[in-house]
Amino acid sequence: MSNQSVAEYEVARSKAKSLYPRYERKEELQHQTHFCPGCGHGIVHKMVAQAIDELGVQDRTIMVGPVGCSVFTYYYFDTGNVQSAHGRAPAVATAIRRSRPESIVISYQGDGDLSAIGSAEILHAANRGENITVIFVNNAIYSMTGGQAAPTTLLGQKSTTTPNGRNAATEGYPLHVSELLSTLQAPAYIERVGLGDNKQIAQASRAIKRALDNQVRGLGFSLIEVLSPCPTIWKMTPVDSQHWVRDVMEKTFPLGVFCDRTKERLAAPAAQSVPAPALDELPGILGVAEEDLPEGNAAAMAKEQEIDLEVRIAGFGGQGVLLLGEMLAEAGLDAGLEVSWLPSYGPEMRSGTSNCHVRLSRQTIDSPLVTAPTVLVAMNEPSLRKFDRSVRSGGWIIYDGDEFPADCAREDVHVLALPFTRIADAMGDKRAANMVMLGAVLERSGVLPQASIDAALRRLIKNPRWVELDERALARGRELFKEALAEA
Amino acid sequence: MTDEKKPDRGQLRIDEQECKGCGLCIEACPPKVISLSERLNHYGYRTALYQGSGCTGCGICFMACPEPGAITVLRLMNRGAGSVSATGAVGGAAA
Repeated sequence: MSNQSVAEYEVARSKAKSLYPRYERKEELQHQTHFCPGCGHGIVHKMVAQAIDELGVQDRTIMVGPVGCSVFTYYYFDTGNVQSAHGRAPAVATAIRRSRPESIVISYQGDGDLSAIGSAEILHAANRGENITVIFVNNAIYSMTGGQAAPTTLLGQKSTTTPNGRNAATEGYPLHVSELLSTLQAPAYIERVGLGDNKQIAQASRAIKRALDNQVRGLGFSLIEVLSPCPTIWKMTPVDSQHWVRDVMEKTFPLGVFCDRTKERLAAPAAQSVPAPALDELPGILGVAEEDLPEGNAAAMAKEQEIDLEVRIAGFGGQGVLLLGEMLAEAGLDAGLEVSWLPSYGPEMRSGTSNCHVRLSRQTIDSPLVTAPTVLVAMNEPSLRKFDRSVRSGGWIIYDGDEFPADCAREDVHVLALPFTRIADAMGDKRAANMVMLGAVLERSGVLPQASIDAALRRLIKNPRWVELDERALARGRELFKEALAEA
Repeated sequence: MTDEKKPDRGQLRIDEQECKGCGLCIEACPPKVISLSERLNHYGYRTALYQGSGCTGCGICFMACPEPGAITVLRLMNRGAGSVSATGAVGGAAA
């Protein structure tokens, strides 16, 4: 009876259409996410994308990504994407949903983002009953920044800021966001789900689809809290962390539906808000006469302050980029200057480049960001290519390499290109390359007394062997800069 | 009786360059037909490996996998060639 020809199969489960086939991120890694092995984010991304597909709303969905490991929603979701400031995703989502009423807006946030810095935004968005969907991925810790305690950290849970475990007497109790928000009158649907086992995963997928469907049907604010594993920061295997979600986390954060007003909303939809006035109606509403309107924003632009030194230092992680900047800032501090030091590296735990911004000034520093450096220290070619155009006219580029790439040359910028790593290697250790380069920066700036540099070196470097090598490296850097000037 | 003649209800395709070897699919798979490869992929991960038979097409590994496209699940097509009960009974027979 049975047909014994070749069995035919059809695809039953595959990557959702709402996710890009390839991610426009680092060239080598465009076919996989930036998440660590076993991370819950990938699973939740998949569920959200599947819900978007199934509800057929891809072309009107706008994801709002905040800060944290969840930042890269724009790499993954083939929908509209907006990246918001830390914790502010519900406020941004509110604005998008109100100004584009046909859109489906998803605020995708982690627990550090939503329950700490963004606690005000989520509370008020929920209290206003905004017709948005919030996906709240709770792993009970700050992961992207390396494992600090979050408001959601469990009692007794160790983190870098609670090394003996969270103690209620000093750090308070884990914040139960779903329970807290469900005491409000406005939210339509709040549920907590987990990724602890197959059953929980299936329920999580259903809940996320339901929360999105609520928005499509205009029922109001929905939030799904997902208890999600973080193997890297919890220092567990992916399978153990999955079990930890089910066996430990769930005891503090019980799963279930905390608020469901969808039935009553279906019977009587929430009141529609009055549309906002158009931009050109605003002067009339405010009673401002046509002739009083300001011309451009030129008048509002702040007068530029005198700045002594703005440095951008960039290279691979491990080259001493941050230490170089720290030395400069410490020395500036010792010399009585205003200083700022701002490290900046990617959100990945793996395979990173890093750079930092350093400002030294006699005046109060308005912003620690250095967008147009007077000195760029580039410790490799990719870093040079990333920042070379930003260097201020008349500034310096100090570059670690035999040859300065011809296409990066600019007439209005000075260049000191030397094989600093090789020079440092010849002096005893190639890791001192950053100090040779710092020597050149110090010689160029000339604002820091040698005593301050010595003090900074002693404060930051504990090993006497390194202090000695770094001192020689700094002196060598100064010589090299002087030699280069003499040649020019 | 005719078990050895019956094709599997499901099939798996695993993209070994996307897989990061976390092992969650191995844990999740009800018939336990996935294991970790001995071979390392381009990025140095041991990746998930389908043993080649025994897949029921349930799709649970797909949902448990943190990489959105690493696993594709295929299901045997329901062939309406007069033997609906025969193909339909496959699910019942296993229970």
